[in-house]
Amino acid sequence: MKVNSPLQVYKYLPQTNCGECGEATCMAFASHLLDRSNKIEDCPPILDGKYKKKYLELSELLASEIREVIAGVGETAVKIGGDDVLYRHQLTFFDPTVLAYDVSDTMSEEELVGRVKKISEFKKFYVGAFLKVDMVAVRSTSNDPSKFKAAVKKVTETTTLPLILCSFNPEVLAAGLEVCADRKPILYAATKENWQQVSELALEHKTPVVLFSPGDLDELKTLAVSFKEIGINDIILDPGTYPRGEQLKTTFENFLKLRRAGIKEGQKDIAYPIMATPITSWMVNEDPITASYWETVLASVFTVKYGDMMIMHSIEPYALLPEVHIRSTIFTDPRTPVRVDPGVYEVGSPTKDSPVIITTNFALTYYTVESDISSNDINCYLATVDTDGIGVQASVAGGQLTAAKIKETFDNAGFDFKEKTSHNTVILPGMAARLQGDVEDTTGLNVKIGPPDSGRIFGWMETNWPPK
Amino acid sequence: MAKKMKINDVIELLKDADVEALEGVTFEGDIELEIDETAAGIDSLFAYTMGQETAKIGLYLLNLARSVGYPVDQIAGMPAQPLAPSVPKLSKLIESKFSVGTNDEWKTQIQEVTLGATSSDGGTRGHTITLGGEKALPYYFDAPMPNRNYVTIDVFDMPIGMAKAVKSNYEDVMEDPGEWAKKVVKEFNADLVTIHLISTDPLLNDTPAVEASKTVEEVLQAVDVPIVIGGSGNPEKDPLVLERAAEVAEGERCLLASASLNLDYERIAAAANKYGHVVLSWTQLEINAQKELNRKLMKQCGVDRDRIIVDPTTAALGYGLDYAYSNMERIRLAGLIGDEELNFPMSSGTTNAWGAREAWMVSSPLKEDSDWGPREYRGPIWEIVTGLTLALGGNDLFMMMHPGAVKVLKEITQTLFGSIKTDEIDLSNWVAEVVA
Ligand code: SF4
Repeated sequence: MKVNSPLQVYKYLPQTNCGECGEATCMAFASHLLDRSNKIEDCPPILDGKYKKKYLELSELLASEIREVIAGVGETAVKIGGDDVLYRHQLTFFDPTVLAYDVSDTMSEEELVGRVKKISEFKKFYVGAFLKVDMVAVRSTSNDPSKFKAAVKKVTETTTLPLILCSFNPEVLAAGLEVCADRKPILYAATKENWQQVSELALEHKTPVVLFSPGDLDELKTLAVSFKEIGINDIILDPGTYPRGEQLKTTFENFLKLRRAGIKEGQKDIAYPIMATPITSWMVNEDPITASYWETVLASVFTVKYGDMMIMHSIEPYALLPEVHIRSTIFTDPRTPVRVDPGVYEVGSPTKDSPVIITTNFALTYYTVESDISSNDINCYLATVDTDGIGVQASVAGGQLTAAKIKETFDNAGFDFKEKTSHNTVILPGMAARLQGDVEDTTGLNVKIGPPDSGRIFGWMETNWPPK
Repeated sequence: MAKKMKINDVIELLKDADVEALEGVTFEGDIELEIDETAAGIDSLFAYTMGQETAKIGLYLLNLARSVGYPVDQIAGMPAQPLAPSVPKLSKLIESKFSVGTNDEWKTQIQEVTLGATSSDGGTRGHTITLGGEKALPYYFDAPMPNRNYVTIDVFDMPIGMAKAVKSNYEDVMEDPGEWAKKVVKEFNADLVTIHLISTDPLLNDTPAVEASKTVEEVLQAVDVPIVIGGSGNPEKDPLVLERAAEVAEGERCLLASASLNLDYERIAAAANKYGHVVLSWTQLEINAQKELNRKLMKQCGVDRDRIIVDPTTAALGYGLDYAYSNMERIRLAGLIGDEELNFPMSSGTTNAWGAREAWMVSSPLKEDSDWGPREYRGPIWEIVTGLTLALGGNDLFMMMHPGAVKVLKEITQTLFGSIKTDEIDLSNWVAEVVA
């Protein structure tokens, strides 16, 4: 992005404050263009012919440093790349790393369909939404166009997720495209050997294409510059992900170099999304658990440092869970508040017999507890104490969660236990057990100690609620 | 087998072209053109037709080949007829060189801090460990990292509840901190040992400081690696406990964990100064608090720079690791560009990863989730990914628990550090070669 103040952006807008964009003023819209919560096309007037020049100029100014490549169609389409900063605290990272999992064209149909279903259906609830994975990579291990075509067809019949077609043989890629070009798959990959044929396929079918040059950044740049010249812009760079040893160290450095060149040095001809292939772990590890673990390790390294998309093999929960979580860790917008407002919230429809549960105002803690309770259809009052946005265990240790703070929370909310409850009881988190005596003395309430993890509230309630 | 064509049929078409680029096409005598039908021959001819600047010649050749029965249309799934609109412009790649600069803003070195003292320095440790000293972000190419990452494994002075996957490794030694310490060093390759004196917590055994310090002596005798001494986390009692422990470990250059703003950090700093130890400066995910505490330790308590390690707090993967990671990365970047209140080695309580329910719970408490699978494999990877992420944010020392997690974390951090050499592998055909 070449602009950094709303005023700079404002100059290019129609300046009529017509409100069609949903913002009250053009200035407000300008600031949302900067934080990328709005896009220019949300302003209908600017699309009008008379603003064409300004529209184009502003598009150029607002374009991300790293190109954003789109693959797939409809609801499941993915955005790849799009970053503007080297460190997430400087703004935020955009376009979370796209996670793809493989099938191969030598798998039995049953195995292929089973894997594709697992990939498409995987979900993990987290802070109000489901974490999922994004793509299916179809690898040609047969090198047989007809086999590949059949496998790709089967995948498209089984899932709506976008595809990556993987083969270094253009004939094989072409066969795959015959049955899925309309789904805008990614072609993997063009190399210095096959680049002419693969570039032709990418041009003809308007698909994004990965350029692969293991361990050689000169060659990678050569390919990128040449593809751009041919008229291909939807480029993804794969500098090779070597799974171990000094080659892995070099791989890591290559990712750093490419991203630094793209963002810090503004080298446009290399400012494309970068792809990692943690799946290469399976080339050097025999034991499946070791291979899966190391694959997750590689996926984590390249999620943290600049991998915009990646291909993995293991779809075991012990691979998928950490992989979706490290991605959400790195791509969570650091500008979103850490805290929720303190207060006493109703979860479900609490009555006088419902429990009153205490937690902190650290957003993650709050949402975790809230989802555990509501997912199990428990009606209750959830009292959220102002701990400066620190979680339970840490705020007990650090002195931000105290009996006085708990009392204050109920007082400020005007929550009267006599009127609202039949039991005059609060439930402290298990991690805050040491506050029990203090809370009893300060509030005059009965205090029960809940489980150390809110995931166990349901089971805890069965034996501990209502209080005797 | 080769197709033969009359040279006269193509000579007209070729006359303006760079004939040398026609690899795989040879002139036989002076009247016939032989097109090699090996894969290579097809590829280069085809490549030629695809890449010619004018493209005209390629198109003619392609049509010519087609007219003699050559299956050009199948070579790359090209449409038979309308080639013209998408004719590419390049006959060969535009050679380019990649280069990128190093970061010239990183002018300040991270403080080096040594833990442990050998007999020559008045201690009894077998060796010392030096942390920090970086001049760049970890594993970056801007400047070599002088010291690798180290792992200290937790030992407790009483049996405690822990995740099943962890506990199964320690059941035989839980009653004996000395044996426990030996086990983590000998069997699990710990670089250091952390002895947590949690039994001193008034809400647990309320073990007196004097008695707790005996456990420290026991551990010092059991192993000869540098050690970390932790309290129970009780802010009233910890200064007392650590003071006493520091005294019995005099001269061993232990890490005292921890000084924080919510307890009497002056007493802990004084104990470190008096008995020759290093202070762990612990704050909670707040860079300004970290600066404040470090400043107080240096200015108000007179702790030397080479006796401070910081713990900016570790939150588990999925439970605030995003804050912990960015906090560490900011601290490290600030240190590298010259903030002398922040350029210290960092330590992570990576064990906190086990607090994540994904690490230890049998199954998801949410019925909407996909199956979580066996927990014995979820826990260690949770600890690994938590630690690894912070390693990339600049963390130097890891306090860990699961032996398998320790092994993998060491392997990846030492690989990125550059000390693990293996045979090279060839990736050029990985798509077909990955067998899984
Ligand atoms: S739609 Fe465009 S012109 Fe109208 S207020 Fe929004 S930014 Fe301004």
